[in-house]
Amino acid sequence: MGNEVILRVMGLKKYFPLRRTLKEILMFKKGRSVKAVDGIDFDIHRGEVFCLVGESGCGKTTTGRLVTRLIPPTSGRMLFKPSPQTLKHLPKEILVDGEYVELSSKLPKNISRLLRREIQIIFQDPFGSLNPRMKVYDILKEPLIIHGIGSTEDERRKLIFKALEEVKLTPPEEFTGRFPHMLSGGQRQRVAIARALLLGPSLIVADEPVSMLDVSIRAEILQLMIDLKEKRGLTYIFITHDLAVASYICNRIAVMYLGKIVEVAPTDEIINKTLHPYTKALLAAVPEPDPSNRFKIREVPIKGEVPSAVVIPPGCRFHPRCPYAMDVCRREEPPSIEYSPHHKVSCWLYARR
Amino acid sequence: MALLDVKKLKIYYYTLSGIVKAVDNVTFSLEKGEVLGLAGESGCGKSTLGYGLIGLIPPPGRVAGGSIVLDGKELTKLSSEELRKVRWNEISMIFQGAMNALNPVYTVGFQLAEPLIIHKGFTKREALERAAELLEAVGLHRNMVRRYPHELSGGQKQRVVIAMSLILNPKLVIADEPTTALDVVVQAQIMNLFKKIKNEYRLSIIFITHDLSLIAEIADRVAIMYAGKIVEIGSSEQVFNNPYHPYTKGLLNSIPRIRHKEKITWIPGVPPDLRAPPPGCRFHPRCPYAMDVCRREEPEMKAVEPGHYVACWLY
Repeated sequence: MGNEVILRVMGLKKYFPLRRTLKEILMFKKGRSVKAVDGIDFDIHRGEVFCLVGESGCGKTTTGRLVTRLIPPTSGRMLFKPSPQTLKHLPKEILVDGEYVELSSKLPKNISRLLRREIQIIFQDPFGSLNPRMKVYDILKEPLIIHGIGSTEDERRKLIFKALEEVKLTPPEEFTGRFPHMLSGGQRQRVAIARALLLGPSLIVADEPVSMLDVSIRAEILQLMIDLKEKRGLTYIFITHDLAVASYICNRIAVMYLGKIVEVAPTDEIINKTLHPYTKALLAAVPEPDPSNRFKIREVPIKGEVPSAVVIPPGCRFHPRCPYAMDVCRREEPPSIEYSPHHKVSCWLYARR
Repeated sequence: MALLDVKKLKIYYYTLSGIVKAVDNVTFSLEKGEVLGLAGESGCGKSTLGYGLIGLIPPPGRVAGGSIVLDGKELTKLSSEELRKVRWNEISMIFQGAMNALNPVYTVGFQLAEPLIIHKGFTKREALERAAELLEAVGLHRNMVRRYPHELSGGQKQRVVIAMSLILNPKLVIADEPTTALDVVVQAQIMNLFKKIKNEYRLSIIFITHDLSLIAEIADRVAIMYAGKIVEIGSSEQVFNNPYHPYTKGLLNSIPRIRHKEKITWIPGVPPDLRAPPPGCRFHPRCPYAMDVCRREEPEMKAVEPGHYVACWLY
């Protein structure tokens, strides 16, 4: 893992406006919005697996979709460093510092398309992400046609077969003619991975790629993703709610809560030197395959569930569920504190006052 | 005597493209107050088995043989009318995707109270009072009786569905993947609730899930299913600490653990098509130890230690 920053995210926000209620319209009030991502910063280095972990509704998927430019951000910056071959095709005027592209700005269509090749996504649900009326071959051919890769059918067929072999769907001839319903969950997710790989991306956003799969198949897909990363020199943003999976595959973990990153650190450090009370609770909640667990109640130190992202609690947004909540937590939002060189936490417990 | 005794149970789906033997010759028993964890990959027949026990197998499936004896009563011989009296009164079920099992147009209280009014002849007022008590028992506020399902969060709905399964004081509750679709923190809270219920009500539970870590959290005994058959059954300690069947070992090695850095492994291949399962041991095409006999003959359940049975030619 080098120190080359491939993606730098700064102050990224995404608010989804809600429809104004009748009362709001009558009182000339402004509409409210869901603050899905509410100002996050992180850097991703080339060749690493960076995890976004959190409960549902914490904004991790929205972050993934922002990075892949499936939705535009409300504000904030996302600087992406494309691979050298793509960089050659980009006009100098749009580059920041000569090598970064601002993903949050509106880009001309041809450039936008070049960047799409660079950043690909694997969706959570392999049952929904593959068109049930298309054969595997056509599913994989579509991106090639859109991006004008391969001039003849023969060339495309070779690329598709190679991609299928890479994800270990062999022999490829056996799978190209099948429809998604003729594949098992694991095989479908492999097709989704093959589709993401076809365009030769350098950054892949994997949005819960194994959470819909059986435990026994998960291991296989995770290993495949690790192997592909090594072979192709990929960088992953891995989104998951499962800390056990995250600790297996990731180099660094960022824990999100209600649209904010509350703690970020290398995997070992976040598990062995956990700082934020929320991270501690997440870790305590993970079930372990040890039969003696059934005799004890699992102490999860936090109460309740994630509140709605429309009415975010004042101060630290975690304070209503936090066992250590102090006065200051109710009033002021905690700053991001650099506890040790690679370990950042947003919690008043660690602030020097 | 065991509370539940299942012998050579067969549940087949008679589809146009062939007979799917979803549950094939399954034998096990369950004591009062015991929690049996039923694990296996999707499509191994574990949910079908659950539906079979409560007599709700969706057509074209039906019980093709064997017996289910609950508290001395043979369930497979009952008419649908008689079965209706047993269902919920004696066996209840927490369905998979329970979050959507609630009717959106009725209040939580009414849905909870309905079985009391129908099965037990309670008045509406009494039934609602009992529903409110039960909501408190599962960790919700009693005012929830007047709420509609859309006002509840996922974890709260799951608690309501658990309360619903307990309302008639059944002897046996079948929980089919009760925590999938819940977040880890909520999942841990719900598992704590299960532990509490198990201790307070002395209830027998069949806990169906594909996640062995969850089974370790609750089950006293574990049955591992593969392709419609139970391949290994024993106490949790026996199965988790000393697994015999290659399939069980494979499953256990595929779980990533937070504090252990061991490489996880997996079982190559996919489960067989249950319309035409492979001859001999159904696991042999994926088994690293497959021998000649595995391809020819089906292994019988054998005791490897007291209370620990395994169906594998290796033993």
